[in-house]
Amino acid sequence: MKRWLIWLPFIAFAAVLWLVAAELTRPADRTVRSRLVGQALPGFSLPAAVPGKPGLDARAFRIGEPRLLNIFASWCVPCAAEAPQLAALARAGVPIDAIAIRDKPEDVARFLARYGDPFRAIGADQTSAVQLALGSSGVPETFVIDGQGRIVEQHIGDLRAEDVARLTALVKGAR
Amino acid sequence: MIAEAGLAALWLAAAVALLQLVLAGVALRGGQAEVLAAVRPVAVTGGVLALLAFLCLVAVFVRSDMSVLLVVENSHSAKPLLYRISGVWGNHEGSMLLWVTVLGLAGAAIARIEHRLDERPLVATLGAQGAIALGFFAFLLFASNPFARVAQPPANGLGLNPLLQDPGLAFHPPTLYLGYVGLSVAFSFAVGALVTRDVGPAFARAMRPWVLGAWIFLTLGITAGSYWAYYELGWGGWWFWDPVENASLMPWLAATALLHSVTVLATRDGLRAWTVMLAVVAFSMSMIGTFLVRSGILTSVHAFAVDPSRGTFILALLALYIGGALALFALRIGTVKTGTTFELLSREGGLVLNNLLLSVILGVVLIGTLYPIVASAFGVQLSVGPPFFDKAAGPIALALVVALAAGPLVRWRRDRWDALAGRLLVPVAATGLALGAVVLFAPFKSVLSSAGLVLAAGLAVASVAPLWGRNLARTPLFTWGMVIAHLGVAVSLFGMAADAAFTRETLIAARPGEQVGVGPFRVTFDGLKPAMGPNWSALEGRFTVQRGDAAPFVLRPQQRFFAQPPTTTSEASIATLWDGQLYAVLGNADAGGRWQVRLWWKPFVTCIWAGGALIALGGALSLLGRIRRARLRHEEAWA
Amino acid sequence: MRAWLLPLAALTLVAATSPARYANTQLADPAKEAEAQALMVTLRCLVCQGQSIADSDADMAADMRALVRQRIARGERAGDVRDWLIARYGEYVSYDPPLTALTAPLWLAPIALLVVGLIVARASFRRRRS
Repeated sequence: MKRWLIWLPFIAFAAVLWLVAAELTRPADRTVRSRLVGQALPGFSLPAAVPGKPGLDARAFRIGEPRLLNIFASWCVPCAAEAPQLAALARAGVPIDAIAIRDKPEDVARFLARYGDPFRAIGADQTSAVQLALGSSGVPETFVIDGQGRIVEQHIGDLRAEDVARLTALVKGAR
Repeated sequence: MIAEAGLAALWLAAAVALLQLVLAGVALRGGQAEVLAAVRPVAVTGGVLALLAFLCLVAVFVRSDMSVLLVVENSHSAKPLLYRISGVWGNHEGSMLLWVTVLGLAGAAIARIEHRLDERPLVATLGAQGAIALGFFAFLLFASNPFARVAQPPANGLGLNPLLQDPGLAFHPPTLYLGYVGLSVAFSFAVGALVTRDVGPAFARAMRPWVLGAWIFLTLGITAGSYWAYYELGWGGWWFWDPVENASLMPWLAATALLHSVTVLATRDGLRAWTVMLAVVAFSMSMIGTFLVRSGILTSVHAFAVDPSRGTFILALLALYIGGALALFALRIGTVKTGTTFELLSREGGLVLNNLLLSVILGVVLIGTLYPIVASAFGVQLSVGPPFFDKAAGPIALALVVALAAGPLVRWRRDRWDALAGRLLVPVAATGLALGAVVLFAPFKSVLSSAGLVLAAGLAVASVAPLWGRNLARTPLFTWGMVIAHLGVAVSLFGMAADAAFTRETLIAARPGEQVGVGPFRVTFDGLKPAMGPNWSALEGRFTVQRGDAAPFVLRPQQRFFAQPPTTTSEASIATLWDGQLYAVLGNADAGGRWQVRLWWKPFVTCIWAGGALIALGGALSLLGRIRRARLRHEEAWA
Repeated sequence: MRAWLLPLAALTLVAATSPARYANTQLADPAKEAEAQALMVTLRCLVCQGQSIADSDADMAADMRALVRQRIARGERAGDVRDWLIARYGEYVSYDPPLTALTAPLWLAPIALLVVGLIVARASFRRRRS
């Protein structure tokens, strides 16, 4: 057998070692992002999640007004944590619509009463059907939608104070 | 005090391991005979000290000493004694201590009982054992001290993950560890043989019982682990191609190949380099497995304490030992004389085919398990799961089954195709009959399941064929072992294929009083009641099951609530009948008061684990036969 | 038998909302259910630690099962449902990696290993006298 072939196992082992060591020192980002960023919002029509507030239709996003689409649930702890940031965005004049995932009207109403209500419309997604259509994999998530109904950005996880200015600029800048 | 004694024993054991390594090095570099002779007693001392440290940790857990951090984090005084003891290895530190303890005891055992191998390769082997032990002692002492105290002892501990509070856990990890340690012994023998350039039948005979023993424990560990996942995870699956499962499968595949190649080396003095390489690969697979499980770089469904910093330590040890051994292999193997070569059609040829196919499966599993990391290096998130492994490894596994059926019927050294065809006539006829039966009666689910059913029948007949025409009373024990192990593969394969082909599933939302059917059974949901255990409370569903006119029986699946730590688990209720298992799971209730119920009728699924047990039994018989023959030879030599 | 019936409303087990249709129940047509089941075992639950949606207790997995069964029931092919999900979540959602330039080495590995193995194994056999 050729001389160098004897070193093949050692080389293969070194390659595996290098691979896992690289992964260990710089763990890969495991958040699953939506592939629809940059594409049109899929069509949907959701009934109202709470009495006294309109439900949500995808057509409402194509009227030339950029806005945020917040995915939340009353049973989700980080959703409560990001409420001040959403309130700040609403105060800054950013229109926000929302989808409540697997939620009951009375729970959503209690959540809004307690943590504030920055939303213009809230659609009820009882079976995550719209969430799945959006490529969203959890709550809370916030999508930036431009005036033509195109998804500009997906923010995964709760919004932090530093996200407010950035998202405001992004929505104001979108057409 | 017990904890401090344990820590002291651990430090002493580490010092002794260092001494063992140094003495072996001096002895091999032309030291005096006294130095050579000193290595054995040192190895025994190291084993005793490690055992002492381990017993100290057991004592601390049994007494629920809440001043020890590990006990606080993993135990609770209300736990039953069995789980207080199994809690010792139900965590990272304790399981590593168990690992080095078994390693130390194995080193002591080699030092005490191995007398056939020349003294120099033996001392080199013990030196390698010392080096391995030293690394793991350092890991324990510097990165995962099991005896660390807490400043303010709490009133009670945090408890053990409820999923782990199961008799399965009490035995599953220690069994796998025994297997891993056995492979480390094989590795040390290989390193010893490379260092002393003494690769031959004597080396193979010394290594074989350790490989066989490791393989028995790995087989038992995987079988038990599979059954444990089957009834604990509550979805009726018994193998998920999960990284943690693959991590336990890979050493087994390597050990299976090694087991067969070591036989070729022992009896025919062939496959020298290959056997040494496999011994290194087998141990490296057990270490890579440990690394994958502990470092958390791959996500797994199986609960494990994950810590990247510890992963780094294991990785460094891995690089040192396996990299070192592979480099040694590359440098030395050229100076080892090539072994005997074989005729294509011979038992040796069959065993080479066995090794080839097993190694390819091993490679496929390894690449499939690591490929998500490769993809992530390119910025792509990828999942590699059952569809890949079934498609890529399944056909090779079936080819291996064919080789396994024919192999034992081929003669050593040289055989004739026509003679072999004559011996294969009955198994081939059985395969043909099975094919007809499967085509006529079995539902077609996949090529793999149908081919599995057919080949299982053929293999079952072929595996007992080596016994035909022999005086059974005079057949050597290791031949019986081979026959039973191969029969076990057939039984297990039948179970897997039957589960894939015949399983019936019923998923419903039912109110108490409703009746549903699954397979040949009528199942009535009688209702629910609360139930209590030592450290849990539960809601228990009651289902009356009737099959035809037979007497009804009752299944009681539970939703269990643990307070420490607060968790809900669903406990499947499984009825084992002669022809399969009925599996019931109670899920949540919906707003309308209907309960989610999952029922599976799994014909012959038990064969999977019964086959695994048979394989291990075959290994045990074989080991017994080898030991007995070695002892006979030993006595003859002295007579 | 008295003990068997409990006031169920008092139990915490009752979910906040009812799961989607077909999340935990089967399709009436056995052929369609088998097709859906075969697809579900190859789809990854996005919020779990390495489980297929067929084997997961997570709410989101239940909703994905509902989606798969409803689409199969409507007559969609399993491959189309998989592609629909991959278009939203990427290849990560499928346990069956599609053949691309990146996954080609993975899918070719068995054959490559067999060839290398045969070359290595050849050294063990006696050369034929020609």
